[in-house]
Amino acid sequence: MHEMSLCESIRCTLEEQSRLQNFSRVARVSLEVGPLSGVEVEALRFGFDVVMRGSVADGAKLEIIECPAEAWCLQCAQIVAIAARFDACGVCGSYQLQVTAGEELRIKELEVE
Amino acid sequence: MCTVCGCSDGNVKIEGRAGEAKGADIDAGAPQQGGHGPGHSHHHHDHSHHHHNHHGHGHHHDHGGGHDHGAGVDHHHYGAGAAGVSVAGVSQTRLIQIEQDILAKNNAYAAANRAVFAERGMLALNLLSSPGSGKTALLVETIKRLKDRFAIAVIEGDQQTSADAARIRETGVPAIQINTGKGCHLDGHMVGHALEDLSPAPGSILFIENVGNLVCPAAFDLGEAYKVVILSVTEGEDKPLKYPDMFAAADLILVNKIDLLPHLDFDIAQAVGNMRKVNPAVKVLEVSARSGAGLERWIAWIEAALALEKVSNETTVTPAI
Repeated sequence: MHEMSLCESIRCTLEEQSRLQNFSRVARVSLEVGPLSGVEVEALRFGFDVVMRGSVADGAKLEIIECPAEAWCLQCAQIVAIAARFDACGVCGSYQLQVTAGEELRIKELEVE
Repeated sequence: MCTVCGCSDGNVKIEGRAGEAKGADIDAGAPQQGGHGPGHSHHHHDHSHHHHNHHGHGHHHDHGGGHDHGAGVDHHHYGAGAAGVSVAGVSQTRLIQIEQDILAKNNAYAAANRAVFAERGMLALNLLSSPGSGKTALLVETIKRLKDRFAIAVIEGDQQTSADAARIRETGVPAIQINTGKGCHLDGHMVGHALEDLSPAPGSILFIENVGNLVCPAAFDLGEAYKVVILSVTEGEDKPLKYPDMFAAADLILVNKIDLLPHLDFDIAQAVGNMRKVNPAVKVLEVSARSGAGLERWIAWIEAALALEKVSNETTVTPAI
């Protein structure tokens, strides 16, 4: 359940941004979450609602942008799509893969008032 | 959890401390200050104000008495903000692109810790595993073999009790316990605080024993040079596939309790194969804290890693002419 800590970190960022960018309420938060980020999206949604209570993002809508996971296959020398870390290359079957995308865990955009 | 701000920091206790930022307890002469008592002024909201100096030596969070560091300012913001001074016509929706990493805050604390380690020419290792893999026993045996030649310090993370720090102190090296309360991992901030109190010597080895958990601690950088993941042979060969994030984050994996192999069906080759599926380049050492088997290689690895840290952080390089 480190999703709760992540939500607290999001909350801190939003409070900070509200001072920097002069807004008093956040209507929507868009997060980019990769399948290899180690985050359970449902737990994140649950934690988000609880943690944002009483903050500038109280009641804010949480939008999750799921991005695909990709890896560089050393054997094929190309980027291939993967679903999990232990996947083999779909083209040649090698496990010599270096993850190049899918670990994203980023606040992308805010809709504020 | 703190009911005012929703933060769960109130659960964190650094052994011996009371009333720190994050509601932690630190013993080193800081005035007792109930972190979330009635007069609690929420200084932990203002994460920017004191954390800048966190790792400076002289700075000692003297949060005594009146909370004179302007804690009220930020707090008012929460009180008034959401409840809404919504003036009609003023509200206009706009979009802000911030593209900020959610772990950026933790990473900033980790970077500050890393700077301290570099400045002191230290080696910091983050030890990770499931509960019961023999982390503490392995650490005790490791310390016994190193303490005559190197300065050593230990940070112990557990949800509750200071039993592990006590076990470490029996070896004669300084240890500090962080109790995370409901928390499932150590973060860069907690380690920064513990570091202030522990004040490890230049050139020392710092072992950070994370909370026993193969999931959450993988995501949190503490500023360590290496993540060392311990898997005991009683846990099964499939763990690297079941908890890929942890094994993918590892720089070194220790397969512990190999003295038990004759009594088990554990297939080391298969386990290592699974580790390499999630982390093709990872180094693996087989050890037994109990019998001592393989420990000399682990000790040699630590010594080499320390030497590497010292060389890498050498700042005075005379240009060759």
